[in-house]
Amino acid sequence: MTRHIRHAAVFCALLLVALLVSATRVQVFEAGAYAGNAANRRTDIARYSGPRGDILVEGRPVTGSRDTGEQLRHERTYTDGPLYAPVTGFASQEYGTTLLEHAEDGILSGTDPMLAPLPLWNDFTRARSPGGDVATTLDRAAQKAAYDGLRGRKGAVAAIEPSSGRILALVSSPSYDPAALSGNDAGVARSWARLNGDADKPMLNRAVRQTYPPGSTFKVVTAAAALDAGVITDLDAPTDSPAPYRLPGTTTSLTNESDRCTDLSLREAFTWSCNTVFAKLGVDVGVTDMAATAQAFGFNDTALRIPFSVAQSTFDTSVDRAQLALSSIGQYNTRATPLQMAMVSAAVANGGQVREPYLVERTTRAGGATVSAGGARSVRQAMHPATAVRLKELMTQVVTEGTGGNAAIRGATVGGKTGTAQHGVLNVGTPYAWFVSWAQGDDDLEPKVAVAVVVEDASVARGDITGGGVAAPIARAVMAAVLTS
Amino acid sequence: MTKAGTTVRTADPPLPVVHLPRRRGVELALIVLAVLLSVYGYCAVGLAQHGTVPPGAAGYGAGLGVLALFAHCAVRLRAPCADPLLLPIGVLLNGLGLVLIYRLDLETPGDRAAPTQLVWSALGVTLFTVVVLVLRDHRVLTRHSRTCVTAALVLLTLPIFFPAVNGARIWIRIAGFSIQPGEFAKVLLAVFFAAYLAANRDALAYAGRQVWRLRRVQLPTGRVLGPIVAVWLVSVGVLILERDLGTSLLFFGLFVILLYVATGRIGWIAVGLLLASFGAVAVGWLEPHVHSRVEAWQQPFASIEAGEGPNQLAQSLFAFAAGGILGTGLGLGHSVLIGFAAKSDFILATAGEELGLAGLSAIFLLYGLLVERGYRAGLCTRDPFGRLLAVGLASIVALQVFVIAGGVTGLIPLTGMAMPFLAQGGSSVVTNWAIVALLIRVSDAARGPDTDDGQVMP
Repeated sequence: MTRHIRHAAVFCALLLVALLVSATRVQVFEAGAYAGNAANRRTDIARYSGPRGDILVEGRPVTGSRDTGEQLRHERTYTDGPLYAPVTGFASQEYGTTLLEHAEDGILSGTDPMLAPLPLWNDFTRARSPGGDVATTLDRAAQKAAYDGLRGRKGAVAAIEPSSGRILALVSSPSYDPAALSGNDAGVARSWARLNGDADKPMLNRAVRQTYPPGSTFKVVTAAAALDAGVITDLDAPTDSPAPYRLPGTTTSLTNESDRCTDLSLREAFTWSCNTVFAKLGVDVGVTDMAATAQAFGFNDTALRIPFSVAQSTFDTSVDRAQLALSSIGQYNTRATPLQMAMVSAAVANGGQVREPYLVERTTRAGGATVSAGGARSVRQAMHPATAVRLKELMTQVVTEGTGGNAAIRGATVGGKTGTAQHGVLNVGTPYAWFVSWAQGDDDLEPKVAVAVVVEDASVARGDITGGGVAAPIARAVMAAVLTS
Repeated sequence: MTKAGTTVRTADPPLPVVHLPRRRGVELALIVLAVLLSVYGYCAVGLAQHGTVPPGAAGYGAGLGVLALFAHCAVRLRAPCADPLLLPIGVLLNGLGLVLIYRLDLETPGDRAAPTQLVWSALGVTLFTVVVLVLRDHRVLTRHSRTCVTAALVLLTLPIFFPAVNGARIWIRIAGFSIQPGEFAKVLLAVFFAAYLAANRDALAYAGRQVWRLRRVQLPTGRVLGPIVAVWLVSVGVLILERDLGTSLLFFGLFVILLYVATGRIGWIAVGLLLASFGAVAVGWLEPHVHSRVEAWQQPFASIEAGEGPNQLAQSLFAFAAGGILGTGLGLGHSVLIGFAAKSDFILATAGEELGLAGLSAIFLLYGLLVERGYRAGLCTRDPFGRLLAVGLASIVALQVFVIAGGVTGLIPLTGMAMPFLAQGGSSVVTNWAIVALLIRVSDAARGPDTDDGQVMP
């Protein structure tokens, strides 16, 4: 019997070995796959176990965390949610993250390896770093001025510091409160359905994710191309441009709002925004040089991140001469985000250099120690410095004498360009009112701010919609806020 | 201890006073260690969850300690030569189970199971003490083998008359208490099998007619084999009716192991395996309850792909995986995601997540040690009944641990069973204490100086 008891004991030992092997298989070899399974709630539980780091504007948080005591413990809160929504995006337990909440999620949620006190420390201790903070480049007053200026009308504002590329304001209107999407209860699902069903698209970030025909504001680019290419050498020399202008190879004639555009000089044509002059200028410059200049400003760039992605602004490079004429006055397939037009304005103000815009000044650990700093982005020369000087002159004249008078600020030099962009089939849509500008205080050494404003549905009679009337006052408020802060 | 056995066997009646290492002091020290470990776990849970030592820590430790001391005193008094490891292993596993259940209670404030479990544990230790004190010689049990088998069959049959719970008819609910009679039945049946096989093993091994004129294939006579096969068939049949597959597997394994050990016929294993595979395939095909479990075992993530979220087995695998090698630490895991069975059938997943592979291996080794000490008692005792009883009881523990642990780690299809000592379940805790008590009794006989065949009537 003894021998058989031993056999049975060996059998039991084999069972034990099988269990140990099975446990090792699950806990060591398959652990990674199980941990990564989307249905495994542990990742989410760990993610929301601690308060999320904050997004700061001028050092003060515009976000917060609320301890709900639930399984997914901490929910996002927002102070002035609608004001900063185009920057922060939302951080929802149910619907994920967007914009800065998404782009800087590693820092905010504490998973970024840079947050660990030592390399691989967190892997070893199974600890999770507390969420770090993201300091933005925003100017509180400018953001507020832009938001108030739009007053809930459909539109967007982007403001940049020309010398650095720091984004000072990024507003999209109408906006929404991201706090409505934070948790995971039924109210969140209702908010989600309501926001997505809203015809005004409040969650669309019009400042960076929507492109518009830039209309006459694109004439800044055309003028820069003409000057750089040597098509225009004297700002005050009359151009050989008929009005109305028959588009090359077609029977279509292009007209102007103003009736004195024939053979006008570039200076006058810019001040009074003559379509015929600039359409012909674009054709004279040619598609190669026009495209090169537009791309130097940032058009057709798919890679721009601020750090979230920016919609591509387009300048069509496969066009005939008629299409090039229209493209050169910001119509046809020419489309730009408000941020892109702010970059155009900033390049003029910054001696022709385009500084890549950015929104994150620095990221820090929960304690305040810097993890990474923004800035030091790439620089592109969009035009000769001399061209920039002349364009500054032209833009200043638009404000002092031309269509941009509403943007003038006492005690500062302001340059601007209005735009009224046609769109829709047969141009029946309400035109978009554009204004791009920059401002330099009399005591400042260099321009402090460049702004682009677009208003989609200016609630005035159609004939009165002009960039100067509707968009320029908003730009003025934003510039004034930056200059006085 | 083997040494002790041989010493006794070779010595002749006028014994010189041989000092046997009884090791009761070792047992006491290990019990104290087991209690301290449990209290430590209890404190660790509190610290992890609330940052403070739980207020009940001292009381809990004292309660467990007093219970263990009672048991220890009973052993000192009536089984002084018993194996010193059995009781501490029981105390440690029971204490650890209480810690894990208490830990899960914190996540389910409306459903506190630890206090009830503590009461059942106290009952279990009391039963242990009573068995050790009252049952002076395990061979007395052979006289009651008929009573045992009758009681076992009645207990097994009873739940048929009660409503099914979660698909299995294995509970009796009376006045808010639920009892799982199958748990008690397994000890009674082990006693019966051991007694019957011990009495008839020669007849089983050597009598009978040859089949096909092959030397090896020789069936015992139906008269001898008949009753035990009948009992076994009835119990397994009843369990299949009740859909208690884990326990059917347990009874089946117990029967085959005891038959093999008693007769030494390797053929029994072959017959057993043949029957087992036949039965498994038949039940797996015909019974939807079983069929779904086999499917869940083959495709643990099918419910996720179907958009219904992870099922219990998937959640269990997630928990084990989250534990990794070192575990998340007591109180820091999320095994409560498993759902309603987290405290009972899936308690091992909590251990796996919070104690890691390291802790889980330690628990498996504790069970392994318990089984090994049971087998050791079986090897060292001289009467066939004692041997078969110890082997049977140890095998019950081994098979049960394998079936449930294999189930929750995805090694074999899942069958609802309670992890001995760890899982929530009063019947189970009481039964396991009874098993340890009987093993203590047999091991005392095995290591005692008065081991002598035929001293007490069989």
